[in-house]
Amino acid sequence: MPTVTMTVNGMERSGTVEGRTLLVEFLREHLGLTGTHVGCDTSQCGACVVHVNGTSVKSCTCLAAQADGAEVTTIEGLANGSDLHPMQEAFREHHGLQCGFCTPGMVMSAVDLASQNSDPSEHEVREWLEGNLCRCTGYHNIVKAVQAGARAMGGGS
Amino acid sequence: MNDFTYHAPTSLDEALAALRGGGDGAKLIAGGHSLLPVMKLNLAAPTDLVSLAGVPGLGDIADGGDSVTVSAMCSHAQVAGSAVVQARIPALAAMADGIGDAQVRNAGTIGGSVAHNDPAADYPAACVALGATIVTDRREVHADEFFQGMFATALADDEVVTAVRFPVPARAAYAKFANPASKYAVAGVMVADGAAGVRVAVTGASGDGVFRVAEMEAALGTSFSGDAVAGIAVSSDGMLSDTAAGADYRAHLVTVMAKRAVEACG
Repeated sequence: MPTVTMTVNGMERSGTVEGRTLLVEFLREHLGLTGTHVGCDTSQCGACVVHVNGTSVKSCTCLAAQADGAEVTTIEGLANGSDLHPMQEAFREHHGLQCGFCTPGMVMSAVDLASQNSDPSEHEVREWLEGNLCRCTGYHNIVKAVQAGARAMGGGS
Repeated sequence: MNDFTYHAPTSLDEALAALRGGGDGAKLIAGGHSLLPVMKLNLAAPTDLVSLAGVPGLGDIADGGDSVTVSAMCSHAQVAGSAVVQARIPALAAMADGIGDAQVRNAGTIGGSVAHNDPAADYPAACVALGATIVTDRREVHADEFFQGMFATALADDEVVTAVRFPVPARAAYAKFANPASKYAVAGVMVADGAAGVRVAVTGASGDGVFRVAEMEAALGTSFSGDAVAGIAVSSDGMLSDTAAGADYRAHLVTVMAKRAVEACG
C-alpha cells in the first residue's frame, strides 16, 4: 500500500492508503479533518471542496495518491485561532447558511474566487457557485456573503 | 471502487512501461474527472492506474502561428484562461469555460476528455469542427478519424495523448444546451469557418458521439448565416434519449444550437 505525504493546513501529514483512497477519505478518516463533507460523492455538490496547490477542487473526485506532495488547505486551515477568516466572518455576518452542511465547500470555493476577483458581481458569484449546491438557503445570503467576504479579503487569500 | 495499483511515473517512457506492465487492466489517469466517477460505479475497474501528472512537458499551450497546440494535461481552466487561446481561438476558450463547474475545470484536462470521448463532452465537438489533430506518443491522428463512437477512439491500449493541435479558424463559435445539473451537453454545436471550409460538429446528441452535419456545412458554405441552417433538420434516429431530453427534442436542439453558433460567429 502506498504512503502519501502532503502539507495539510501548513503541517506535513503522511499516511498509508490504498490506491483507491480518495483525498476526502484521507482527510476525514486518516487525519480526522471532518470539516470537509461528502454530499453527493459524484463531483456535483461541492460539499467536499478543498484547495490543492492553491486552487479549489472536489476532494471526492481526487485520489489521495494524486495529492501526494501537494499543499492542501481545508476549512480547518482558514481561521487563525479564534479569529475567523474574512470569508467565514462574512458567512456569519450575512447568515449565508442554514443547516451548514454545504458551508465548508461554499467557503473554500468562495475563497478561491475571491483570490482571483476581489469584487465579484452577483452574476459572477452565482456562476462560480455552479458546483456548490445548497438545499436550504436559496443562495441569496450566500451570494451576499461571498461578495462581502471577497471585498474584505481585498484580493488576498 | 475496486482497489488498484497507482503508478506515478516521471517520464513518458516510464508511463508507457507502467501501462504495458499492467496489461489489459491498466489505464491512464489525468485529472480523473471522467475516470473516477465511472470507477465509483464499477463501470471501469482497472488493476493499475498510471498518472500523467508527473510527466514533464504536458502542461503547455503554444501559439504556432496558424495553429494553437494545447498539451494533454492542460486543465479546462487553463485553456479558458489562456491569453493565447483567448486571442487566437476565442471559441475554444469560451467552450472550455463552459465545461462543468469551476472545480471540475480546475481538475479535468483536454487529454483526458478526448481520450475518454464521452458522447456528451464538449471537446470532441471543438476538435472535429476546428479540424484538430490529436498528437500521441507515436503519431498524429486527425479528429475525423480519432473519435470512433461512444467512449471509443483510435487510441491503442498503450497509446498516450500528448497534445491537441487546433488550426486557427477565421471564425468559430460553440453553442450548448447544457444539462442543468452536470453542464454536460444535451446538445452542443461547434461551427468553424477555416482553411478546411465550414465545419459543423455536434456533441451530446447522438449515441455515437460527435458527428458532422454535411447539409449544414454545405448551406453555410453558400451563405454563412443563421437562417441558412435554421430550416435544416437532423434525424432523431440514433439520438440519445434520457431524462434530460428525448431523441426528437435533441434533434430539434441541434438545429437551434447550430443557428445560435453561426450567429455567435458574428
